[in-house]
Amino acid sequence: MPEGRLAVNKTYKLYVAGAFPRSESGRSYPVHAADGALLANAALASRKDLRDAVVAARAAQPKWARTTAYNRGQVLYRIAEMLEERAAQFAEQVARSEGLAGAEAGRLVAASVDRLVYYAGWSDKLAQIAGAANPVAGPYFNFSLPEPTGVIGVVAPPGSSLLGLVSVLAPVIVTGNAAVVVASEERPVPAVTFAEVLATSDVPGGVVNLLTGRLAELAPVLAAHRDVDGLDLCGISEQDAAALERAAADNVKRVLRREVAPDWERRPSPRRMLHFVETKTVWHPIGA
Amino acid sequence: MSTAGDQLRVVASGEMAPAQVGAALAEVTSSETALRRFLAGLPGVDQVGADQRAAALATRSIKAAAKAWAIDTAISMVDLTTLEGADTPGKVHALCMKAGRPDPEDPSVPPVAAVCVYPDLVGVARSALGSSPVKVASVATAFPSGRASRAVKLADVRDALEAGADEVDMVIDRGAFLAGHYGRVLEEVQAVKAACGPAHLKVILETGELATYDNVRRASWTAMLAGADFIKTSTGKVAPASTLPVGLVMLEAVRDFAAATGRLVGVKFAGGIRSTKDAIRYLVLANEVAGEAWLEPELLRLGASSLLNDLLMQRRKQRTGAYAGSQDFSVE
Repeated sequence: MPEGRLAVNKTYKLYVAGAFPRSESGRSYPVHAADGALLANAALASRKDLRDAVVAARAAQPKWARTTAYNRGQVLYRIAEMLEERAAQFAEQVARSEGLAGAEAGRLVAASVDRLVYYAGWSDKLAQIAGAANPVAGPYFNFSLPEPTGVIGVVAPPGSSLLGLVSVLAPVIVTGNAAVVVASEERPVPAVTFAEVLATSDVPGGVVNLLTGRLAELAPVLAAHRDVDGLDLCGISEQDAAALERAAADNVKRVLRREVAPDWERRPSPRRMLHFVETKTVWHPIGA
Repeated sequence: MSTAGDQLRVVASGEMAPAQVGAALAEVTSSETALRRFLAGLPGVDQVGADQRAAALATRSIKAAAKAWAIDTAISMVDLTTLEGADTPGKVHALCMKAGRPDPEDPSVPPVAAVCVYPDLVGVARSALGSSPVKVASVATAFPSGRASRAVKLADVRDALEAGADEVDMVIDRGAFLAGHYGRVLEEVQAVKAACGPAHLKVILETGELATYDNVRRASWTAMLAGADFIKTSTGKVAPASTLPVGLVMLEAVRDFAAATGRLVGVKFAGGIRSTKDAIRYLVLANEVAGEAWLEPELLRLGASSLLNDLLMQRRKQRTGAYAGSQDFSVE
């Protein structure tokens, strides 16, 4: 740094409705690198921030679901492009957050880009494995098609700050859902930077909303919120999941529990996408 | 007393003995010239000051028990409104059912103050409400533009009253007002008031078309001098509809009018009030500017349609702790 120049430190904020607000509570919390050094002060989201995020997601979801599958795939691919371009920055942040060597972190960032491309490709192909032309006893076409569930609350994995986040977020939004994501409490920095990637990738505002803060404060409110249709409890430990599942049952949310010891580098499968889709069946007369 | 103008100004300042007030008011409304002189003599509104005060009051934090009280009070002040070309008897019927029992799962929710419909649907609303305490309000006088002859406007009012309306929401002739024909506006409100008889008259100023806060203050006084029971911000058909600074100016007018004459005139905020937070801001404004006496459905109304669901969602959040869903309440 040149002599006499003031340090310009970044303010890490929330990502709600396509904008980057501070927490309405005005709170923040210190985030430390794996080696204990202070990395940043992240926004400490409140229940009201979460409520605002759900309102934004609810407002954005119908239009995102109406966007053609092909177009949604392009948008996901665009996220991959933007992430690729900032790979060096992410590698540095992942390395510091997770305490990894530079090459290892670079590999995780590359895997994150590939993960987005993987799900982008599925956007207009999922109906071929999850849908069907059903044989029926009458002169009708009978189709079953996967449709998005709606607004999905996602608790991102605590350990894998970028690859884990991308691996749970991409399958939710590619099918036309909107997401309210609670980032890793201990390692939120790559997630906030990823929100900047989303904001510059043609993802409509509100389709992804990202909050940083205390899981103990946010998760129960997210689970009980009656305007959330599905819940991915990836970042919740086994013993805390039961209470959240009970709260989620109030409006019969679809709940995806955490896998035991998830390996985010493993080759993905379409299964995550299929958790948050609903099957719609349409009858249509064949005619003459 | 030096000149007529000074004497009239004293009415507005509230420094006159009650016995003299009646005579002074009669004097003010005796001729167009006297009225114009009176309105021109009203103190000007400090626009920046009004904006700032409204913004400052909007930041006041209302929580917990006070918020619960405010939500119930706001619900009891709602004029549940549907004013669309596409209104059907079925929709009005559904609205009336909702007005009497806003949350079917919770009988402790108070009924709203009134339903507000077009004159031709007053009969439907009346029969749907039956013996319910909910009033039937009807817009009239060629709502929303008010561009019709006086005979047509008065016929519109009679139509609504004969169908059973308890309250009439009239629009002022903004064209006449902006052209400076205050006397014509006054006469028209007086004529409608006479036609209303015992029914409550709300006078819509359509502040979005009045351009300045000074005009809002003058229009408020004109309506009150003519005998309005309520002054109402807007039709909801013009943007900007109800704003906090305009509400402030109108609340100051009813406060000053009450100080001068002893008669309490109500205020109805309508248009653009969609969230509980907005509604509570208007309650704070009314309490701080006009006074606690105005925190009653007889003197304060919120004209809205989507607001009620937000109030109900907030109420349920307070009761159960979980945020309500967008499909938990009926959409009219």
